[in-house]
Amino acid sequence: MKRLKNAHFGQWIDPSQTVQFTFEGELIRGLEGDTVASALLANDQWLQSRSFKYHRPRGPLTLSGHDANTLVQTPTTPNLLADRLPAEDHLTVTAQNYTGSLHFDLSRLLDWCGRFLPVGFYYKAFFKPRGIWAWWEPIVRKAAGLGSSNLSVKAAYNDKTYAFADVAVIGAGPAGLNAALLAANAGAQVTLVEQEPHLGGSMNYHAFAGDCETTKSARDILVAAVETHENIDVLSSSTCNAWFGDHYLPIIQKSRLIKLRAKQTILTTGSSEQHVVFRNNDLPGVVMCSALDRLMRLYGVVPSAPVVVLAGNDLAYRTAFSGQDGGANVAAIVDLRTTCNNTALSDEAKRRNIALFQGCGIYEAKKGLFNHGLSQVDVHKLAERGEVAEKLVSIDCGLLAMSAGFMPSYQLACQAGAVLSYDDSKSQFKLSNLPQGMHLAGSVNSVFSLDLVEADGRNAARQALSNLGVAPESETASAEDVNCTEQVNHPWPFLKHPKGREFVDFDEDLQIKDIINATRMGYRDIQLVKRFSTVGMGPSQGRHSALPTARLVAKTTDRTVHETGVTTARPPLMPEPLGLLAGRRFHPLRRTPLHHRHLALGAQMMPAGSWQRPAYFGDPKQRTACVQAEVTAVRRGVGIIDVSTLGGIELRGPDAPEFMNRLYTFGFVKQPIGKTRYAVLTNEQGVVADDGVAARLGEHHYYVTATSSGVDRVYRDMLRWNAQWRLDLDIANVTSAFSAINVAGPLSRQVIESAGCSVDLSTEHFPYLAYQEASVAGIPARMMRVGFVGELGYELHVPSPLMGELWDRLLTSGEAHGIRPFGIEAQRLLRLEKGHIIVGQDTDGMTQPDEVSLRWAISSKKPFFVGSKSVDILSKSPLKRQLVGFELDATSPQPKEGHLVIRNGDIVGSVTSCEYSPTLKKIIGLAYVHPEDAVSGTTVVIRTDDAVHAHAQVVETPFYDPDNLRQAL
Amino acid sequence: MPLGLLKYGLSQDFPFEKDPDLPLPTDLKRQYDVVIIGGGGHGVATAYYLAKYHGITNVAVLEKGYLGGGNTARNTAVIRSNYLTPEGVKFYSESVKLYENLSNEFNFNIMYSRRGQLTLAHTDATVCAFRQRAEVNKHFGGRTELIDPTDIAQLVPTLNLNPANLPVLAGLWHKDGATARHDAVAWGYARGATQRGVELHQLTEVTDVLVSNGRVTGVKTTRGGIDAGVVIQAVAGHSALLAQKAGFPLPIVAYPLQAMVTLPVKPFLTPLVSSSALHCYIQQTSRGEMVIGGGSDPYPLYNSRASLPLKENLISSAVEMFPFLSEMRLLRQWAGITDMTSDYSPIMGLSPLENYYIDAGWGTWGFKATPICGKTMAELVATGGKVPELIQPFELARFDRFKQVNEMGATAASH
Repeated sequence: MKRLKNAHFGQWIDPSQTVQFTFEGELIRGLEGDTVASALLANDQWLQSRSFKYHRPRGPLTLSGHDANTLVQTPTTPNLLADRLPAEDHLTVTAQNYTGSLHFDLSRLLDWCGRFLPVGFYYKAFFKPRGIWAWWEPIVRKAAGLGSSNLSVKAAYNDKTYAFADVAVIGAGPAGLNAALLAANAGAQVTLVEQEPHLGGSMNYHAFAGDCETTKSARDILVAAVETHENIDVLSSSTCNAWFGDHYLPIIQKSRLIKLRAKQTILTTGSSEQHVVFRNNDLPGVVMCSALDRLMRLYGVVPSAPVVVLAGNDLAYRTAFSGQDGGANVAAIVDLRTTCNNTALSDEAKRRNIALFQGCGIYEAKKGLFNHGLSQVDVHKLAERGEVAEKLVSIDCGLLAMSAGFMPSYQLACQAGAVLSYDDSKSQFKLSNLPQGMHLAGSVNSVFSLDLVEADGRNAARQALSNLGVAPESETASAEDVNCTEQVNHPWPFLKHPKGREFVDFDEDLQIKDIINATRMGYRDIQLVKRFSTVGMGPSQGRHSALPTARLVAKTTDRTVHETGVTTARPPLMPEPLGLLAGRRFHPLRRTPLHHRHLALGAQMMPAGSWQRPAYFGDPKQRTACVQAEVTAVRRGVGIIDVSTLGGIELRGPDAPEFMNRLYTFGFVKQPIGKTRYAVLTNEQGVVADDGVAARLGEHHYYVTATSSGVDRVYRDMLRWNAQWRLDLDIANVTSAFSAINVAGPLSRQVIESAGCSVDLSTEHFPYLAYQEASVAGIPARMMRVGFVGELGYELHVPSPLMGELWDRLLTSGEAHGIRPFGIEAQRLLRLEKGHIIVGQDTDGMTQPDEVSLRWAISSKKPFFVGSKSVDILSKSPLKRQLVGFELDATSPQPKEGHLVIRNGDIVGSVTSCEYSPTLKKIIGLAYVHPEDAVSGTTVVIRTDDAVHAHAQVVETPFYDPDNLRQAL
Repeated sequence: MPLGLLKYGLSQDFPFEKDPDLPLPTDLKRQYDVVIIGGGGHGVATAYYLAKYHGITNVAVLEKGYLGGGNTARNTAVIRSNYLTPEGVKFYSESVKLYENLSNEFNFNIMYSRRGQLTLAHTDATVCAFRQRAEVNKHFGGRTELIDPTDIAQLVPTLNLNPANLPVLAGLWHKDGATARHDAVAWGYARGATQRGVELHQLTEVTDVLVSNGRVTGVKTTRGGIDAGVVIQAVAGHSALLAQKAGFPLPIVAYPLQAMVTLPVKPFLTPLVSSSALHCYIQQTSRGEMVIGGGSDPYPLYNSRASLPLKENLISSAVEMFPFLSEMRLLRQWAGITDMTSDYSPIMGLSPLENYYIDAGWGTWGFKATPICGKTMAELVATGGKVPELIQPFELARFDRFKQVNEMGATAASH
C-alpha cells in the first residue's frame, strides 16, 4: 500500500524515521508513530490473527484496540493488541492460536466442521460413556486458549502513583477537550485522560459535517489551549480502566498505574462503531468506517485495492469521501437505507463518481483465491423488514468499510450504576440514571454532530462545576441547547444467509443462528444467552456483540430490545496487565532489631507469620544436638531468647481497668500495680481466642502482650469493642515500638545483675509474676518475672532502638555464666515440658476454656466479659473433648502434630504438640482426647504415619517440675 | 465425532424446540405442594430430587432474576471434600460422589473435571492443621495427602516455592478436588426438574412469606400470591433478609466475595492451587482463562460491586505464586454476596416455622454442596420434616446449643 504524509493524512507517522520489527519471522518496515497493526497493513499484511473457536483468519476491525482480531504475542507476553502496540525496532511479534502457521492453520478444520458444532455443543457431547470427558477435556483445553504464556518470564516491577483532581475528564475528543477547558478556565483542577498518544479523538480522523481541514484546525486550536493550560493535567496514552466507588479511577499509563481520586467525573469516552451482520463479515479487509478513517488519516496508509463502503448512516459517506480525497479508489457505497438523511450526500457521491446502491446490503463477502483477505462482495437488494432480495452486482474490492451505527462506550458509566435503555425511535441504547458527580458528553451521550458534541462537553463541565460550587467564567456560564436529532443507528443491520457465518460476535465466533438457537433451547434471558453461547465473554467484552445480540434476542423472544437489555459491564474496561495491578508486590517481611545479630550467631531462621525468627543456633546438620544444647543451657544455666515478635498493647485512661475487665476473662480491676496477670481472651462463642500477660503499670495504665500471630486481631477487636462501649481510654498497638527478650534459667538473675540492674532482683523484692521498671545495663526496661519455659526468668521489654545494645550487654555479662541464645524449637520443647499451651497451636477455632483446663483463668465474680455468656452455658454442658498430656516410650513411633486420636474406630481428637524430651527421655505431648479418657493412667490410641497406632499414656502436666519450684527460685 | 453432534450437523434445521433445555415461561398457579424460593443451583437441585426420587412434582421454583444468576453464576466452581470436621468431610464427600456422575445422569455435560486441588502451607501451624485434615479425610476414605515441596514442584513445576518470602513448607494434595462448568450444573438440574413437571419461574420475586399460627401457608410474589404446602428458602447471599420476612433471625453476616479472570492462554496448569498464607487461589478453566480468587471483603455489605484495593492485593499474591502471570491480562472482575456463619458451615433443615425449611449460610462453600444439599433437602421435604442424618449437624439450632461445626481453617484460603 501507498503511504501518504500531509496535514490531513498520516498525521501520526514520521516518514523520516523507519522502524523495523519482525512479524511471524518476517521483517516488517514501519514508520515512527505506527502501531504494529498499522505497519502490517502498510505492508499489505491483513491477516494478523486466528479466531478463538473456528480459527478463521482475522485482521484489524477497529484499529483502536477495541476488538480481539489483532491479538498477537511477543516472546514475553501473550494477548497483546497489535493496534495498541507501538511499532518499535527489534520487536519480535508473532500471531497466536494456530497449529502449523498463521497462513496454513491446521485447526481451520474446525471451521469446516462448524456445522457439527452448534452453539453450546460441548454441553451435548463428550460425556458418553461415563468418564470419557477426561479424555476429551485435554483436547478441548488445547484447542481453546489464545496466546501462550512464557512460563520463564520474571515478574515485572511496576510502580503506582496516586493523583487527585477536581474534575476527571475521560476522553480527549471534542467533548472532552471542551469540558476540560471550560472547567479549567473556571479554576478547577482537571485531569484529562486520553487512550491515544495524541489528543483530539475523532477530530483527528473524522470529517464530521465539514471538510477535514475545518475540523482539523478546530482541533489544533482546542488541543493547544488544553495542553498549555496550567489547570489541566493531560495524561495521554492512558486508559481509565474502571470506575470504582466515589470516583476512584485506575488509569493505566504505559507501565504505570495511576490511582486518581476525582470529585467529579466527566465521561467523554465516545462510542463503539457497530458492524453489519452478513456472511463472512469477518474476512480480513472488512473493517469499521472509523478504522478506514484511522488507517488513512492517522497512519497515512492508502489502500491499493478498491474500497466499498457499507453504510447504515450518513457518517459512512464521510468516510467514503475522505478516503477518496486521500487517494483510495472508492468503488461503491452500499447503503442499507433507501435514502440519506442528508440527501446532499448522495448527490456528492454521484458527483464523485462513486457508485451508489441504496436500499441494498452486502449478502456475502468473498475471499480471494490465493489469500485470506476480502476480494469481492455481493450486493443484494433489500426488501421490507430486512429481508434480502435479488442480487444486483458483485464488486471486486480489497477493503470494505462498514457502519451500522454506534453503541455508547457505556462500560465506565454502567460500572458506576448507570442504566442503558433502548430508544426505539433512534434504534440506539442511551445511558441514564448516572450516579452523583458523573456527567456524560459527546457520542457516549448519544450526541453526534460536532458543534453539539462540543456544546455538550461544555454543558457537562458546567454541571460538574455547579456540583463543586465553582462558578464558570461569566461569558460561558449559560447552558447551551443540545438536541441531537441525528439518526446514526440502522435498526436492523442483519443479512441472514442460509450458509451462516454472519458473525455477531467476532471474539467467540458466534453467528446469527447461534444466538437464535440459544433462545430456542430455552436460554431466553440475555444473561443466559450470554452464559450458554459465550456471547460477549471474549476479550472485547461485547463491545460489538451486545447491540446485535440484544436485537436478535428481543426479536426471537417477542420482547422489546429495552426489556432484553445487555449484560453487566464489569471492570476492567480493557484487559489490564497483572503486573501493573501487582505493582511492587508489597508483602512485608518483618525482622526484629536483633535479626542480624542472630545471623551472626549462626541462627537458622524460620518464618513465623510475616516475622523471621531463629529456629535454633548452629549447624543444620546437628540440629537435634543444637536444640538439646540450648535446652540444657536453659535448664541448667541460662539462656536468652528474642521474643520481640510478641504483641504489645498499651491501654491508658481512667476506664482502662474496666476495659480490661470486660475484655479479658480474669479480674483486672483489683490487679495490684506492679503485678502481672495471665490474660485470656474468649470470643462471643466462648472460644479461647488469644492469651498474653497483662502488667499493671499504674492505676490507669496497662501493658498487655498478645501472641505474635494474634496481636493484630486482638488490637482490632479492642478498637471494635470500644467503638461500642465508648470507655475513656486510649489503646495503642506498640508491638514494633517495643522489643523483648526473655532471660531464663537458674542463672538468669546473676546475668542481669552483673550487667547492672537498678532494682533488687531477689524473690523478696521481685517475686514471680511481678512487674518493675528498671534500668538494665543503663537501658530503661519493663521487666516481668515470668515462667513460660519453667525456669527462673525475666522478660525485658525495651524500646526497639535500644534492644541491640541490651542484647550485647547481656551476652557479655552472661559469658561467664555460659549464657546461650536459644530459638523457637528449644522454647517449644521447654514450654511443652512445662505443660504450657500455645494458643493457636494447642487450641483451635472451637476450643472452650474448660477443654484446655483454663477455668482458673476465668473470674466468676465479675458481671461480664466478652464471651462470658457462652462460657457459662458451655461450662454447664458436658465436655466433648479435653486437652491432656500424654507420654510414650522413646522407642515408640512418634506422633506428629495433627495426628488423630482414635477411640472405638471414631475420631475423638488430635495431637496438638509432641516432642521427644531429652530431659525426660520420653516422647511427650498434648492431645485432645475423649473426656472419659482424660484421666491419668488411661491409654489412648494415636494413629501416626502409615496408620501405625501408638498407645499413649495420659499423664498429669507439667511433665517437668510439677511443683513449680524452679520458676520460684 | 460424538453421535449427537453428527446428528445435529446432518439435519438441515435442528429441532431445538422439541427438546429444549428449558421450557417456555408459563403462568403462575395459585397453589403448589412445594414452593422453592431461589432458582440457583440449590433450589433447582432440590426440585430435581423431589421429582426424581419422591415423585413430588407440583413444585414451583421462584427466581427473582434468571436461572442460576446469583452465586451459582459467580462462584469459582471449586469442588472438594478436604474439610476438617468429620461432619463436614462426610457431607461434602457425598456431594463429590454425586457430582462425578452428574453429566450422565443429566444427559448434559457439566464438564466435571477432576484436576486435584493443592493447598500450600507456609507455616508450621498450617502444616499441622493440614496433617489433621489429611488424616480426617483418609479416615473417611477421601484421597488427601500431606506432600512435601519436592512433590509440589513435580506436580506444579511453574509454581514459585518462595512466594512473597513465605517458603512453601508442605502442601495438602486433594486428589478428588475438581471443577465443573458452574452454570451447566444449574441448567442440568433445571432441565431434569422441568422435564419431570416442576415449574421454574424466572423474574418472579418473593416479596413476603405468609405465616399463620407458626406455620407457613404461602408466599406473596411480584406476580401474585401462592398457597404452598411447604416452602424452602435457598437464596444464598440474601438468606438473612428473607428469613427476616418469614419472621425469624438467622445468625448470618453477609460479605462480598470477589473473583477475577484473565484472558485465555494455552493450558499450563491442571490442579487448582491455593496458598493459605497469601489467601489466593488460582485455577485454569477449560477455556484457558486463569480464575483468581481469595478472601472476602473486609466488611459486611449487601453489594456485588468490585473494588480496586482487593484486586491489587489479590493479583499481587497471584503474581508471587506464578511470577509469569505478570505478563497476562485481566479481563473481568466480579463479586457475589456470601452468607457467612460463625463456624463456616451451612445451615440446613428445620426452621422455627412449621413447613418452612432453610437452606442457607453457604458462605463461600455452596457450589460444591449443590448435589448433596438438593438431595437431602428433598428428602427432608418428602419425609414431612424428618431431618436426614447427614445434615443433622448443620441444623439452625446448633448455634443455641453450642454445637458448631467449625470449618474455618478448611475454608479460609480455598473456597
